[in-house]
Amino acid sequence: MDALFFYLIAIVAVASALAMIFGRNATHSVLLMVVNFAMVAMLYLTLGAPFLAAVQILVYAGAILILFLFVVMLMGNDPGPLWEQLRIQRPAGLLFTVLLIAGLVPVATMANVTGGQALAPLSDDPKVLAESLYSSYLLPFEVTSLILLVALVGAVVLAKRSAYRTEREEELHLDEV
Amino acid sequence: MELMTITTTHYLLLSAVLFSLGVMGVLLRRSAIIVFLSIELMLNAVNLSFVALSKHMGSADGQVVVFFVMTVAAAEVAVGLALIVALYRSLGTTDVDKVHELRG
Repeated sequence: MDALFFYLIAIVAVASALAMIFGRNATHSVLLMVVNFAMVAMLYLTLGAPFLAAVQILVYAGAILILFLFVVMLMGNDPGPLWEQLRIQRPAGLLFTVLLIAGLVPVATMANVTGGQALAPLSDDPKVLAESLYSSYLLPFEVTSLILLVALVGAVVLAKRSAYRTEREEELHLDEV
Repeated sequence: MELMTITTTHYLLLSAVLFSLGVMGVLLRRSAIIVFLSIELMLNAVNLSFVALSKHMGSADGQVVVFFVMTVAAAEVAVGLALIVALYRSLGTTDVDKVHELRG
């Protein structure tokens, strides 16, 4: 039963990722990523990390992908030229992907990493996480708040409309963005 | 590795496949939005392997790292999307092949 659940989720996750990459509509791609993130959240549940699953849904699906949707809608969902200019790029990209999978699979199945036994239950509790976060990981935690502040300021500075319009904007008649 | 007993290996394999799909998206697509989504896919795949190994080791450290990855990903998305908006404003496209000039 557990195995069936896992395979079902894995298939949906991989299929939504593939559909995201090969989709012709950016809005659809973003919504397919929501599906993918929800599937990964369910895997977190099966791994005994319910708090992370909730954070995954809240932060990724709830905040990050909504931001993506805003930007896609701001740009009028123009997919542009879908594929590459160089003819060799697509076969080369597929080749490198296959090589990467071929390289990663032996690492994932290495016996001394996994031991091959069924997963042992982890005494998971948000309390355990919080204690770890506020004791041994206190410095990274504080640095994270600085990163968020810098990102906030940086995003505002970058996306702010400048006081003057560039020549390029005049040429392109970009008034609406 | 038996088929009907789910072990850490299964999670690691799924994570490897999702990561490779993310790399494929970055290599193949030229729309900046899709490239960016593929990067998120890669981060997510790595998070999955962190959580799986955290459970395998019976330690919460892996989950703490996933927290940090999520936070940095949120910051990265905010800045990256602002860059894409600025790019669209100055070039009128989000095609990454069109971005080959230093002058704005």
